[in-house]
Amino acid sequence: MADPHELYTFLLRVGDDNLILAQRLGELVSWMPELEEDIAVANVALDHLGQARNVLTYAARMAGPDASEDTLAMERSEREFLNAVLVEQPNGDFGQTMARQLFVDAYQVPFYEALATSSDDTVAGIAAKAVKEARYHLARSSNWVVVLGDGTDESHQRMQAGIDAMWRYTADLFFTDETEEALQQAGILPSFDNIRGTFDDTVSSVLARGLLALPEDPYQRIGGRTGFHTEHLGHLLPDMQALHRANAGASW
Amino acid sequence: MVTDTPASVLDRVRQNVQEVTDPEIPVLTIADLGVLRSVELIDSEVVVTITPTYSGCPAMAHIESQVRQAIKLAGASGRVVTVFSPPWSTDFITVAGREKLEAYGIAPPHPAAHGSAGTGSTVHIRPAIRCPQCGSTNTKIISEFGSTACKALYQCQACAEPFDYFKEL
Repeated sequence: MADPHELYTFLLRVGDDNLILAQRLGELVSWMPELEEDIAVANVALDHLGQARNVLTYAARMAGPDASEDTLAMERSEREFLNAVLVEQPNGDFGQTMARQLFVDAYQVPFYEALATSSDDTVAGIAAKAVKEARYHLARSSNWVVVLGDGTDESHQRMQAGIDAMWRYTADLFFTDETEEALQQAGILPSFDNIRGTFDDTVSSVLARGLLALPEDPYQRIGGRTGFHTEHLGHLLPDMQALHRANAGASW
Repeated sequence: MVTDTPASVLDRVRQNVQEVTDPEIPVLTIADLGVLRSVELIDSEVVVTITPTYSGCPAMAHIESQVRQAIKLAGASGRVVTVFSPPWSTDFITVAGREKLEAYGIAPPHPAAHGSAGTGSTVHIRPAIRCPQCGSTNTKIISEFGSTACKALYQCQACAEPFDYFKEL
């Protein structure tokens, strides 16, 4: 039987990916290049925030009577966040934002598809709902990557620069350890074996259509799943948590 | 004084709860939308089960409090349970709900294809959307993400009016 602590750790990994990405995307509201994109980025951020809330609310049930989605989101410190390092990377220009989003979406579609077959009904239900949203996200991000890649010289160059800058953080999405293994052995989580292959197929097909390429540098920065983050998360968290921490226990 | 039977209380709650509307699309009730899953009596307590349209739908908290109020107004005590499974789909919107949407100026959703907005696909294969103003199917998509999470933005090429499309999910 898997330890409830293992499910808790796994849920933080999933919930934190969505929470931190929602915060990053939220920073862009009112700064997008056109009105429709401004609305789109707010919609996508809201979907990720909703997924984070559903997952963290469930995780909070395993974290004692005083825990809630709010305490998990607002009262943990940097080392306690278990998101992949990709989602905490700064927005950069629109090309970098879209490269990050393409990699997240290409991962989340097959990830949620697998998770929807979990024997844990709550996990399966949350994932079955989230995968429908992730498919819309992927359609948008792939579209932008192709349009910018196969656009003007400058848009191509900047899209390629975004891909080059974000690619080194993608391996962290796929990091698993004894946590997932124990949950898989206990029959709670399905096998994740096909996720990486589907991700690679999606990414290479989108990049090919956008006349783009993956960087040759094989370096990958991992560590987010065990709390070792890049410097950016430490700057994001105070911004996200300041209001809650300054008004502990307040509700409105 | 007439004594309430559990069945009559349940009927009254059901009637009240069915009339709760979506705050963002006020012509639709939660029953029209398929957000209302069931109204049951479990151990002499009324249990109303609802399901969110999108994971982050900001209307859910409002709907939940309206449902609580509706239970109270029916003179009953009960609770509201939110479930995710089976996931909500636009296919749950009733025929009456679709007619109300169109009359309100929102094009109703086409049937949801399994796995729509396909893996890595940049093209949505979606039948022509009919303009709710003039009925023309000569319309084009402006943005896949509209004024709320559940809508896309279209424009009619015949009458030039922009309109919302309740996108299939």
